[in-house]
Amino acid sequence: MLSRTANNLFWLSRYVERAEYLARIIEATQRLTTLPLAYVGSTNEWESVVATAGCADAFFKTYSEANESNVVDFLALSPDNPSSIRNCFEIARTNARAVRTALTVEMWDAINGTWLELKRYGNSPTTGEGAVRFLRWVQESSLRYDGSASRTMLRNDAYWFSRVGVYIERADNTARILDVKYHVLLPEHERVGGPLDYFQWASILRSVSALNSYRWVYRDSLKPWLIADFLILNTRLPRSLAACYENLVQHLDQIAQDYGRQGPAQRQARRIGTRLQNSSMEDIFQGGLHEFIGEMLGDNNRLGATVTEQYLM
Amino acid sequence: MAVAFDEMTGTDGTIRPAYAELSRWLGQVEPNVLDYRRREAELVFRRIGITFAVHSDVEAQERLIPFDVLPRILAAAEWDIVRLGLEQRVRAINLFIKDIYGRRDILRAGLVPEDLIFQNPVFRPEMNGQRVPYDIYVHIAGIDIVRVDETTFYVLEDNARTPSGVSYMLENREIMLRLFPELFSRHRIAPVENYPEELLATLRSVAPAGGSAAPTVVLLTPGIYNSVYYEHSFLADKLGIELVEGSDLFVKDGGVFMRTTEGPQRVDVIYRRIDDDFLDPLAFRDDSALGVPGLMSAYQAGHVTLANAVGTGIADDKAIYSYMPQIVDFYLKETPILKNVPTWRCREPEHLAYVLDHLDELVVKEVHGSGGYGMLIGPKATTAQLAAFRAKLKTHPTNFIAQPTLALSTCPTCVDEGVAPRHVDLRPFVLTGRDRIRIVPGGLTRVALESGSLVVNSSQGGGTKDTWVLDG
Repeated sequence: MLSRTANNLFWLSRYVERAEYLARIIEATQRLTTLPLAYVGSTNEWESVVATAGCADAFFKTYSEANESNVVDFLALSPDNPSSIRNCFEIARTNARAVRTALTVEMWDAINGTWLELKRYGNSPTTGEGAVRFLRWVQESSLRYDGSASRTMLRNDAYWFSRVGVYIERADNTARILDVKYHVLLPEHERVGGPLDYFQWASILRSVSALNSYRWVYRDSLKPWLIADFLILNTRLPRSLAACYENLVQHLDQIAQDYGRQGPAQRQARRIGTRLQNSSMEDIFQGGLHEFIGEMLGDNNRLGATVTEQYLM
Repeated sequence: MAVAFDEMTGTDGTIRPAYAELSRWLGQVEPNVLDYRRREAELVFRRIGITFAVHSDVEAQERLIPFDVLPRILAAAEWDIVRLGLEQRVRAINLFIKDIYGRRDILRAGLVPEDLIFQNPVFRPEMNGQRVPYDIYVHIAGIDIVRVDETTFYVLEDNARTPSGVSYMLENREIMLRLFPELFSRHRIAPVENYPEELLATLRSVAPAGGSAAPTVVLLTPGIYNSVYYEHSFLADKLGIELVEGSDLFVKDGGVFMRTTEGPQRVDVIYRRIDDDFLDPLAFRDDSALGVPGLMSAYQAGHVTLANAVGTGIADDKAIYSYMPQIVDFYLKETPILKNVPTWRCREPEHLAYVLDHLDELVVKEVHGSGGYGMLIGPKATTAQLAAFRAKLKTHPTNFIAQPTLALSTCPTCVDEGVAPRHVDLRPFVLTGRDRIRIVPGGLTRVALESGSLVVNSSQGGGTKDTWVLDG
């Protein structure tokens, strides 16, 4: 297929995934900030949302303070933030138009329908009930796109490239949450934190839609050690780093098989995947959780660049 | 202006046979059903994203062309006249272009003035002496036809560069099948859905000789900001070919390749929807970012086929148009089946004098204009507009032609007040391949939605209709 087509599919999926991720972290934080301060600690949660979204620089250029209305405005509907939810959907739709022939009717319907509905939201409302509905709608739109892709696309390179986009973006998102929140997951917190950190932990799990599944997997109360294990190493959680890499390795291999040629992208993905497979939480905490996450973010970015170089340009 | 011929009720109010069923059906159907279907159609179009952009209209960057749910119906015998006329016309056009870039017999015979060719900005000296595969220049033509009575069809314009609108022909039919199954079951309607099949066969048939047995065909688009981008992606999808932009292609060792995830892949035929000017920055406009550097040299060396060929604009020029009857006669020794609208060329002093004297009766068009822009409709113009045009004509007479206002036929159309006659034209698409000419029965009917208006262009508020050719 055309490199440009593959590139558009790759980014189309990434932007849809990113929109959903932004909606989830906003939602989780809104919940967290409705609690009395004594339950949350004194940190500014909205500032960490901006950091988790990876747009602190851009944000503080426009606003001096990170509070709910500023942050939600900026992340949800601001036309000035290049990766606001609005812009994610706008770019996704532009990409979709450019590769219509590679999309199924259902996928196009999903993305075009989302874009048409987006117009209805205008520049408001990003607080209160309107915001709740908006954030739900964003997640549903993403599910619809993702569902129509996996249910209707031919299993060929177009599908695999779009999946590779999803998983690189998803790994990046999960790693970012860990990167900003790693301090509440450090072992010493278990001692000092106690009930205070419970809500922080719940919020982390909620932002990767994993609060209920945590209980089913670990059959234990929330423990930072296990939460870190869940998000990093447990392949049963679809948003864990290990699960993302299991999928990346598989989809890149399918491309290689189809084209009859392995390349640097395959090798790189396999190396990261193997590292996740062979790590234990002990090793990771020993080497430093923050350092590990930092390396993962870097590795993941580099894989994106390698895929681009090998196939997309 | 004479009373217009209505395709359903003729001139005396009697229902014509082709419309018998439709008329009966209209008599039975509840009025709100039509309105309901009309809104349903709009929703479907919006969902599918069949939009087009109007250049000057920033507000509505993506607009829908209004769709009228009542079909325009042609009887088999009427269509036969049109079809034979189209074949004849396009054969003549191809011979004319071959001659212009070759032996120039027609210029030597003095039938067409030389300066009209050589000083024409759409004439491409690069094509002089250049042979193209099977001598086909215009592979895809869109010929605009109007009708004035029972048997007379006029050609209004020959579109020989990159005619658009065929996606509407196809989508209009799909929507009609969805909305009015009961109406279809009352008729036998010739299908149009095989157009992509015919187009692909046409494009493959003109691949460079000696190339691959299964030639690679691509569609070259200027990109998503083009006003008819939707059509480009629609066609590429239906044809099962890659939709490429200039940056997807490159020229190496004389051949044209596209960049794919598996490395470079050779391209044999380019169905290009980019104007000559933008095809190749090395040969034409060097500020074009849409084209492919070196494409023209690969083309001239015969390593790739462009459809349509470079330089076909010379045949869809409005000044050349006025010579079409002579052109048909010169190359085919036949009488034109489709008439030409009598045309005054303002470049000729006697013609100009006549035009200036009768400005309020005439339609004046710019020679290189399209889309209904820069046009004067004399009978509808204000005194001020007439004065302004008179001045323009005197300063730049060569830029203009003038034609009498034709009483275009009307068709029953759904408007706010109910069903009323509105003026229509027809753009059928003519495909010319190595083996034969292919025309799917029908085309794009455009309708002027305003009462009495003669301007059917979509950029000026015109709408479209499904066109039915009855079988037998």
